[in-house]
Formats: sequence, structure tokens, C-alpha cells
Amino acid sequence: MAAPRTERLLNLVICLLASTRFLTKDQVRRAVPQYADCATDEAFERMFERDKDDLREMGIPLETGSNEVLFDDEIGYRIPRDAYALPEVSFDSQELAVLGVAARMWQHATLAGATGRAIRKLESAGIDVDRDALSVVEPRIDAAEPAFAALWDAVQQRRRVRFEYARGGGTVAERALQPWGLVSWHGRWYVVGHDEDRDDTRVFRLSRVLGEVSPIGPTGSVVVPDGVDISASVRMLARPAPTQLGRLRIAAGRALPLRRLGTVVVEEPDAVVVDVPYDDVEQLASTVTGFGPAVLAISPVELCDAVARRLTSTLRSLAVAGSGEGA
Amino acid sequence: MTVGGAVGQLTRLLALIPWLLQRPGVSIAVAAAEFGITEDQLRSDLGLAFFCGLPGHLPDDLIDVSLEDDRIVVTNADTISRPLRLAPDEAVALLAGLRALADVPSPTGPDVLDRVIAKLERAAGDAADAHRNVTVAIEGAGPSQEALGAALRERRRLALEYYVPARDEVTSREVDPIRLLVVDGHTYLEAWCLLADDLRIFRLDRIQQATVLDTPASARSVPPERSMIFDSEAAPWRVRLAVGKNAEWVQDAYPCDVLATDPELVVELPVADLGWARQLVLRLGGTVRPLAPPELIEAVRRDAEQALGRYRGG
Repeated sequence: MAAPRTERLLNLVICLLASTRFLTKDQVRRAVPQYADCATDEAFERMFERDKDDLREMGIPLETGSNEVLFDDEIGYRIPRDAYALPEVSFDSQELAVLGVAARMWQHATLAGATGRAIRKLESAGIDVDRDALSVVEPRIDAAEPAFAALWDAVQQRRRVRFEYARGGGTVAERALQPWGLVSWHGRWYVVGHDEDRDDTRVFRLSRVLGEVSPIGPTGSVVVPDGVDISASVRMLARPAPTQLGRLRIAAGRALPLRRLGTVVVEEPDAVVVDVPYDDVEQLASTVTGFGPAVLAISPVELCDAVARRLTSTLRSLAVAGSGEGA
Repeated sequence: MTVGGAVGQLTRLLALIPWLLQRPGVSIAVAAAEFGITEDQLRSDLGLAFFCGLPGHLPDDLIDVSLEDDRIVVTNADTISRPLRLAPDEAVALLAGLRALADVPSPTGPDVLDRVIAKLERAAGDAADAHRNVTVAIEGAGPSQEALGAALRERRRLALEYYVPARDEVTSREVDPIRLLVVDGHTYLEAWCLLADDLRIFRLDRIQQATVLDTPASARSVPPERSMIFDSEAAPWRVRLAVGKNAEWVQDAYPCDVLATDPELVVELPVADLGWARQLVLRLGGTVRPLAPPELIEAVRRDAEQALGRYRGG
């Protein structure tokens, strides 16, 4: 039954919060009625140890120490109020409105629940969060991938995980990962961490994690290295650093996404010449061909060749379609 | 954090009591709904708190809970009147959400967001340490961020230079902004478009330029929320493609029906604008073959021939 234990724990919290001095074990035993009922010292000791663990697990700052440093006093316990309570904080009306937007943005139950608890604590500290404010901004962030909840827990608890991961070509491999963090990038979730099998930093797409994510080992065993920028590493790994420049002539007002990637070299009356950084020549060629005659590759030769080759095979495929399908 | 049993109940009580102290006389129904528990569960929580209090446990030491006409009044709970500090998962969820807003134009201006984050980080203390381990990147508006925020704040009309990808052209129009939506990491402006005289959705990273006009935006009621930006029912075209081995990802990337898998994969996609399909086929350079409609095949042929001509010394 939870109720008698809850009662005992609540009395313990109140008694340790109320005292400014460290209370010895005996004092605690006398102060909390449920302890006073313990038949033996051993029974009390066992109970008290377990209760201390529970409070610490809840994040309650339970301090140990002694009141008289100079004397070798018996060790005592207390919960300092300022370490326990949410510090005083206040927000102006605009700030409260922003908090209101944040309060409703998560769609995933785990995150919505955690945000809800945080907002309630602020409200309990007298902060009047404006939950309906700024209805002109409706950010919705979801995490539809089934692996999300388990990986979120693992990141929060700094715990290693094991999971099966689908690679390209239909193969599946088991991975052991020290997860450092989660990133949502273009609406997809990724987990970044240290891949133990490869002994290197890796990024995994959550939608490719198959089945259960199993936590392994104790909590707190994952150490995120100093200076790791989780979101930057996803961007980097998802998109390798560009190493070369391709020069393109883009017709005025056309191919805006491509134009944005580069720097303008020459402005002509009806076009711009732009240098676009790239890493994979086929990828850039593919983007260039998508815009048809609006974009012309000028250099390097390998880029021009790749574009021309793609256009040629498109035309060849149309010839097949024409004869075979009679479309 | 999933907690049950005594620890779960105590966590809830330590949040519940400060919350109730702020709202003397709140109804059982409202409080239970707020904490996501049944009214019975709430009654048993309150019954339990009633027997707790300061050492000595004389009547004056105990938490007092009165329940009259299903209205809750808690008194004499000074020791636990303030909420416990934010737990790490609470701090992370709230702060990661707030940080995600940084790239979304705000009617309040970016400095307000920065202030909220700084205050919460300070209030959360150590619990905030981990919040950079969860990051949501939202594609915002880039240079037009300020103008969009101002138009929403001052309810004024916007002149947009908007890039329409399917037609690969920049269009000019005036719109009355209604609200911003974030879907799949992209931010969209929902607005009344005066050019189309209809509701339109604009992806912010395609806005080339936004200018706030002096004209006030005409007042319109906010339409019900949308869950999907692309409505496949409304797409007028059905595009049929034969998909080669190297392009089979196409069937996962876009909503489509598979018409055949043998001897080759054939899919049909609902498409709002043929220009989009033309770009897709051209991009895939022969690994995808358009089968229908004929207008698409013709457009692809024309574009490819024209473009290729320029590489052959044209």
C-alpha cells in the first residue's frame, strides 16, 4: 500500500524542511510518527535508508552534516529550504505570454507531461502563465517515432542503450550507443552519441530504429564530452562539409533555393552568376537539373558533365516511355 | 519520468499543495483535471495530506484541508507552500521548447524570449544543465523575421515577394497575416491573400522579402487549426511514374499509390502543380520515367532539350 509510506515520506520532508539545524537519526525517529511505531532499531534503520533514497531520487536536496563542526557530532539531516524550493522568479506580461506558447507546443505525451509539470510549478509559485496568449503563434512539435520515449529517458538518465537499426539496403544491425542528445531537424528526430561498436560519434535517425530500445548498465554512466554541440553535429553529419565550389548562372528570379546556398559573383541584367559550395557533385547536378533551363552550370567541368549526362538520360527515358507506353 | 507508488504520490502532493494554496476554493473537478488524475484519487491524496504536518503532530501542526461543496481550501502548510525546484526533465522540456521558438518570428520580439530563457535557466539551476542535449531546429524566416513579427504585433498588411517552388518564380502579393504555424520543422504563415482572395499558407523560408504596409490587416476570424499543410484530396493532378531501382525511396518520400511492382515499380502521386512533378523528374535524371499525364512528359522533354542544348554549345 502506497498511502502509509506516502504519509511517512511527507512527514519526513516537512520535518526536515522545518528544521534549520541538522536533525540526528534519533530526532527524526521521534519526529515522524510512523518511525516511532517501528518495533526494532533495525526496522527503523532499514526504513530510513530506503526513504532517504526515495527523497533523493525525487530530486529533494537532502543534506547530511553536523551542527557543531568542531566537535565530532553525530551526523544529522536537513533539507535547506532555498535548495528545495523553486527560487523566486517573476515575469512581465510579454514574458508570460511567451511561456504560454511554450506550454502548448509539445505534442508528445512525455514532453507535454514534463512541460505541464514545470508550468504548474511556476503557477504554484504565484506566476500567472498566460496559457491562451499569442494565439497567432501556434508551434506544434511532435515526436511520432516510437523510439522517442525510451531514448528521451536514456538521455535524461545518461544511460547506455542498445537497439536494432535499419541501414540502407534492407540490412539490420544491432547498435550499442552512449546517447548524448536528441535533435529534431526538419521535423525528424535524431539521436547523437558515441557508437560503442565503431568507437566514434554517430547520428541515428529515430525512424530507422526498429523495435525496443533497451537501456543497459546503470544510470549516470554516459558522460557527454565538454564542448559537444549536439545540434551542430547532426547538421554536420547529415550534410557533409562542402569542399568545392560550383559556378552557376541562374536566370533572374528563378531557382531561389539554389541561389540562397551560394554567393553572388556577378549580377547580370537577366541573371546572376553564383558560386555554390558542394561536396557531392551528383547531388548538386541533380538540384541544378531540377530547374531545367533556368540554371546553367558553368564550372567545374565535372559538374557540367554530370548535368548534361542527367539530362541525356532523362531524354532517353522519355523515348522508352513514348515507344513502350504510347502515353 | 514515470513514477508510481509512494514516490509518485509524494511528488504529486508536493506539487498539488502549493498549487492549491494559490487557488483557495478551487473545485475538485478542476484540480483533478489539471493534475490528470481522477477525483477519487485527488480525494485520497487530500485525505492523506490531512494527517501530515510538523513534528508534534498536534492539531495545530497539521495541514488543514477543508472540502465544502467540492471546493478545496488548504491551510497551515507553510513548510511546503513553495513548489519543489524543476526536475531535470521538466526544465529540459520547457527550455528546449522555448529555444526552438528563437527562429520563429515573434509578435513580442526576440529579446523577450531571451529574457524568459535566462530567468528560467537561473531558476532551474543544475536541472537546466542538460537542456542543450535536446534541440529542436525550426526553419524560420531569415531576414524577414522582424517584418513578420511586427505585422503580427501591429496587425498590419504585408507585401510579400514569395517564391513559388512548383512554378520556380517569385510572385508579388499583399496578405493579411493571421497566424504562424510550425509543422515538421518548418514555419508557415497563414494569411488572407488579396491576390487569390482566399486563405493561403506561405512557407517562411520561401519569403524573399516582406514589407510591413501602413494599411491595417482586415479583421478576420482565425480559422480552425490545420493538421496538414498539404491536402492530397485537393490535388488536381494524378502523376504516374515508373520508378527505377535507385529511386525507390520516392514511394516513401511522397504520399502515393503503388500501381505495379513488376516488372518495375509504378506509382501514382496526387500533385497540386505539374511544375513540381516536372522538377522531380528532371532532378532524378532518368531513374524515374513519367508515364502520365502527357502534359508532364512534354514539359520534361522541353526543359531537358532546352537545357541540354546550352551544354552542346547552344
